[in-house]
Amino acid sequence: MSVLVNKDSKIIVQGFTGKEGSFHAGQMIEYGTPVVGGVTPGKGGMTHLDKPVFNTVAEAVSKLGADTSIIFVPPAFAADAVMEAADAGIKVIICITEGIPVQDMVKVKAYLEERDCRLIGPNCPGIITPGEAKVGIMPGFIHRVGRIGIVSRSGTLTYEAVDQVTKAGLGQSTCIGIGGDPIVGTTTKEAVQLLMEDPDTDGIVMIGEIGGSMEAEAAEWIKANGTKPVVGFIAGQTAPKGRTMGHAGAIIGGAEDTAEAKMKIMAACGIHVVKSPAHIGATMLKALEK
Amino acid sequence: MNLHEYQGKELLKSFGVAIQEGIVAENLEEAVAAYHKIKAESGNDFAIVKAQIHAGGRGKGGGVKLAKNLDELKEHAGNILGMMLKTPQTPGGMEGAGKLVRKILIAEDAYAPDFDACKEIYISILMDRGRKQNVIIYSTEGGMDIEKVAEETPHLVHKEYIDPKLGLLPFQARKVAFNLGLSGKAFKEMRSFISKLYKAFVASDASLFEINPCVKTGDDRIIAVDSKVSLDDNALFRHKDLAELRDTDEEDPTEVEAKSYGLNYVKLDGNVGCMVNGAGLAMATMDIIKLSGGEPANFLDVGGTADAARVEQAFRIILKDPNVKAILINIFGGIVRCDRVAQGVVDAYKNMGNISVPIIVRLQGTNADIAKKIIDDSGLEVKSAILLQEAADIVKAVL
Repeated sequence: MSVLVNKDSKIIVQGFTGKEGSFHAGQMIEYGTPVVGGVTPGKGGMTHLDKPVFNTVAEAVSKLGADTSIIFVPPAFAADAVMEAADAGIKVIICITEGIPVQDMVKVKAYLEERDCRLIGPNCPGIITPGEAKVGIMPGFIHRVGRIGIVSRSGTLTYEAVDQVTKAGLGQSTCIGIGGDPIVGTTTKEAVQLLMEDPDTDGIVMIGEIGGSMEAEAAEWIKANGTKPVVGFIAGQTAPKGRTMGHAGAIIGGAEDTAEAKMKIMAACGIHVVKSPAHIGATMLKALEK
Repeated sequence: MNLHEYQGKELLKSFGVAIQEGIVAENLEEAVAAYHKIKAESGNDFAIVKAQIHAGGRGKGGGVKLAKNLDELKEHAGNILGMMLKTPQTPGGMEGAGKLVRKILIAEDAYAPDFDACKEIYISILMDRGRKQNVIIYSTEGGMDIEKVAEETPHLVHKEYIDPKLGLLPFQARKVAFNLGLSGKAFKEMRSFISKLYKAFVASDASLFEINPCVKTGDDRIIAVDSKVSLDDNALFRHKDLAELRDTDEEDPTEVEAKSYGLNYVKLDGNVGCMVNGAGLAMATMDIIKLSGGEPANFLDVGGTADAARVEQAFRIILKDPNVKAILINIFGGIVRCDRVAQGVVDAYKNMGNISVPIIVRLQGTNADIAKKIIDDSGLEVKSAILLQEAADIVKAVL
């Protein structure tokens, strides 16, 4: 059954006719993802990639019954695009855009609180349920249908984990890239919870990084509620304090958001913590055998 | 992006926040002229000479001095301008090389007319990641290290969270002023100070405002005596005027150069350079270098395009660091094809012609096999790997 997206999703692309939107929408369609249309303000009525284009998300929802949206809109307009999707009744909003001002995301979070929807990202690779729906920019071919859920703040490091899981002879139920910004719509804990409650997921890979307290909160939740093995890794064990390491959210503020501190809490909560990112797949295989 | 104290104060002043007035100077002549102007405006012989570098704790290294007259002003300005100022926050701390002082601020004596009646207050504003809201942090214990205050006397550090939909409400500004023990004119001034400060924070897309100290004077004025301002880099597109305040002299020159190429590079102290696509994988690659017995010399995210020109720029950046004994390239090809990256590495290597450190290339993803063959057949001193663990083992072997 997987989580968040599947073959029955009705997906639209915001920023559909732009360069990024066109390229990745094309890749998604090629993968077999149920993309039903797109939105680009001012280009309503057009057909793009054989799909209808609308001026507003509300129109796409009423005409197509869209329930999921993926956003490829430049940073200056991305927060507005997320709020438009939420207002139109989209249930799963996936924002790929990197570089959204933090104060815009503060407003977005407050706006979404009162609405029945889930935001994934921003600054994320998206979500994939292998064999059903690729709603993001990840390379589809590395994935394999299976029963391991993956949650990560990163892009290529997620692909690394996926690849190892696939090479270990396992596959993925759903991979959720939650994003590398200081404020993200769905936290590590929330994503882990979705996978923990998914009957088609047998094990979870949780990849975090320095900065913030999301992994510690997820670990505490897993300790209290976990029913499946979780393999965890935190990137940035060698990162210096006070420097932003690429992702806007990857910055060590104090003693609690270092990789070491997070790994310690995760291990104490029963997570199979790997020190080397090369050991993710093998450790999951071992954890499942127990 | 960080601002200098004088730039931060100018920003605050433009929103009506009361600041310790001052004039920035780059040489002794300008410092003297600034002193005369400050003296005429304040009617006070005293002035403060403050080194302008991007680091806190400047007073500890001798970067902040009180001048009681023109002679002292000349002496302090002469000493501070051009000095290598060491503070607990400059690279290497008090034991490090320090940072060159290129500018000083000649500031009025904000503690006049009655030094003993002044109270130092701490105020900062930042975004709380956990709550996803802006928060005003304040304390009666100004002028000290706030982390230490929070640890030793947590009850003296107050927090006021701001509802993003409503902004700072009048009762919240009152609460701050009451909790700081103020009354009468000082209470009113603080209420106004806080609301203007918060307005400035939001309007400039700041990520941090720290006013330490903020002073209540003997005649009940509230003045920002210092300012630490960090702005959200992602919001600079809508603040062109603030973006121009960037002082690249305060940044690592190699990092500035890397940035001009669109490379995300952070210099570190280790011996193994790395070049990676994606920030998370770049951090993980640094970690694996450490686990293989090396120390990462840098963080470098080449981004989505890794063609020959880009790989060459990255090579040049990494090799500027004489400590680099090996370079690990780790690319997970998704949209970007590994064979293209491999060709880029080979071309860049040949173009440069003088790379003397071992290169380990790990390419995984689209066309990884073809990529490995390109590397292996190139005849260059480049070792190739497909699995991350293989790459780690080669790093270990070459060190």
